Amino acid sequence: MNIIVCIKQVPDTTEVRINPETNTLIRDGVASIINPFDTYAIEEGLRLKERFGGKVTVITMGPPQAETALREAVSLGVDEAVLLSDRAFAGSDTLATSYALAMGIKKLGEVDVILCGKQAIDGDTAQVGPGIAIWLDMPQATYVKKIEDCKEESGKKVFRVHRMVEEGHEVLDVPLPCMLTVVKEINEPRMPSLKGMMRSKKAEIIKWSAADIQAEEENIGLDGSPTQVMRIFSPEQRKGGEMLHGEVHEIADRLQDVLKELI
Amino acid sequence: MDYLLTEEQIMVRDLARKIAQEKVKPIAAELDAKDEFSWPLMKLLAESDLFGVYIEEKYGGMGGGILELCLVTEELSRACGGIAVSYAASALGTDPIILMGTEEQKQKYLPDLASGRKIAAFGLTEPNAGSDAGAMECTAKKDGDHYILNGTKHFITNGGEAETYTIIAMTDKTKGSRGASAFILEKGMPGFTFGKKEDKMGIRPSATRELVFTDCKVPKANLLGKEGQGFILAMKTFDMSRPGVAAQALGIAQGALDLALEYSRQRQQFGRPICSFQGIKFMLADMAAQTEAARGLVYGVARMIDSGNTKVTKESAMAKMFASDTAMRVTTDAVQIYGGYGYMKEYPVEKFMRDAKITQIYEGTNQILRDVIANNLIKESLAASKK
Repeated sequence: MNIIVCIKQVPDTTEVRINPETNTLIRDGVASIINPFDTYAIEEGLRLKERFGGKVTVITMGPPQAETALREAVSLGVDEAVLLSDRAFAGSDTLATSYALAMGIKKLGEVDVILCGKQAIDGDTAQVGPGIAIWLDMPQATYVKKIEDCKEESGKKVFRVHRMVEEGHEVLDVPLPCMLTVVKEINEPRMPSLKGMMRSKKAEIIKWSAADIQAEEENIGLDGSPTQVMRIFSPEQRKGGEMLHGEVHEIADRLQDVLKELI
Repeated sequence: MDYLLTEEQIMVRDLARKIAQEKVKPIAAELDAKDEFSWPLMKLLAESDLFGVYIEEKYGGMGGGILELCLVTEELSRACGGIAVSYAASALGTDPIILMGTEEQKQKYLPDLASGRKIAAFGLTEPNAGSDAGAMECTAKKDGDHYILNGTKHFITNGGEAETYTIIAMTDKTKGSRGASAFILEKGMPGFTFGKKEDKMGIRPSATRELVFTDCKVPKANLLGKEGQGFILAMKTFDMSRPGVAAQALGIAQGALDLALEYSRQRQQFGRPICSFQGIKFMLADMAAQTEAARGLVYGVARMIDSGNTKVTKESAMAKMFASDTAMRVTTDAVQIYGGYGYMKEYPVEKFMRDAKITQIYEGTNQILRDVIANNLIKESLAASKK
């Protein structure tokens, strides 16, 4: 099974500060980590390999320093790592990013499953994974919390997956090759091993430019990014609810009053 | 302080720190309350290759030395002294095989211990032979191709959980300590059983049990070194392992200091954080300086051993004595800084004080170690004056 895991290097904080003048993230002085949701995708990739055999390749688009994130993935047991890095990619929005990643994955050859974290903690868009699936014309399932099985159905391989939805979860059969984004409920990521860390130090990272993946100029970087950022702001904090205390009938009465006031 | 660690040593330390902080610390209080040996954590340490950091690569280890072992032990102790000693005691049980094992014995036992598939334990102490190890009563009688062991060892860390045991027993009682020999035992050998798990003050997740030998048949091939070398092997083992206990004490001290420092910044009294008061500041400064001094001593001795120096008895004893006395002082002060909260089990700091105490006792009480240090000093001084 050829397993591709897409990761993103992000600043190590959930409280990213924003430059109010340029509307961009302030990254100075903030350490970089693998996007936490992507660590679950890496773990699931490794587990799929352990269950079904094959190879796990991790891919990212980013500046040269994103190599550190790839090496960390190698230390966890990933077989191969690809860095898409080119000045031409600068300024990419989710559409251009998913295009570049899709082109990189195409160049890698045969693929059975693409795994992504449900979203990145810096942008929180949750668009790149689904974008890749569209560019590659693949079925997709988002917010997957369990990959139950891989079955053969009339000569085609199918994953049975559980995906989280607001009301509970859905069970879907997704034909391979497919793209899945995963949630943190899916597994508990492993710790790196010393041998893995030693290996990752020496591992060769494949580096591809825009030309290497035959990316069309109009689809990458600023030219390929229709998104216009008007304003970035922290959403208003949700107000805490009111807890009702007392005997059951008192609570019921009070609740009734509250509901009446709302109507 | 920068100890000029190599890139690999930093890697080892950081991995141990990550595991300790993310996996051990969150469950340290629960393990303490449950008094339970944690196989899941041992398995995690094994999968991360940490059991083999000090073992040669040809036996499946990572090829580091005592310093690497100390770095891991220190980091684990910062989160839980009990988990750290389960880890370090496996090294204590392995050291005699590294020191005196034949190539065949090393090939047979070290790979499983390096990978952590099995853990080890060391058995010297007996009910009537503590500091006076020469008074041991456990016997090993030669019988054809075997030795027959009879007697008991007690307070054995990893007892019952370990698969591989290095045991010291008397092959010739008439010769005193020169009549002791060392053996490699395996769990499950006929006549080898375990007593109950001890209910301890601290380091509670570690397993401490009695080992009972009743006509236990051990193959001759499992004799470590020659007959009569058991006592000297035990002493050489301690020279190598005491920095590990020192590292455990060091980690406990650092962990308590971390907690006290954080608490003193948050705790408000008289409208100010208590860390702004001179009384607390002086305590924090002393705790930090003493802990750093202990670290310098521990890393220094570890490097001395790793460079091939075998005359380290005095320095090893100094590191263990100083670091463990430091741990007791620092953890006591950490509880003091927490005040009444510090005395409550709901807060993490009292556990560090309970865990610290044992480091002043095992692998040579600090009184015995002072004796060892002074004897070496006097011997060196005598030798110098004769020149």
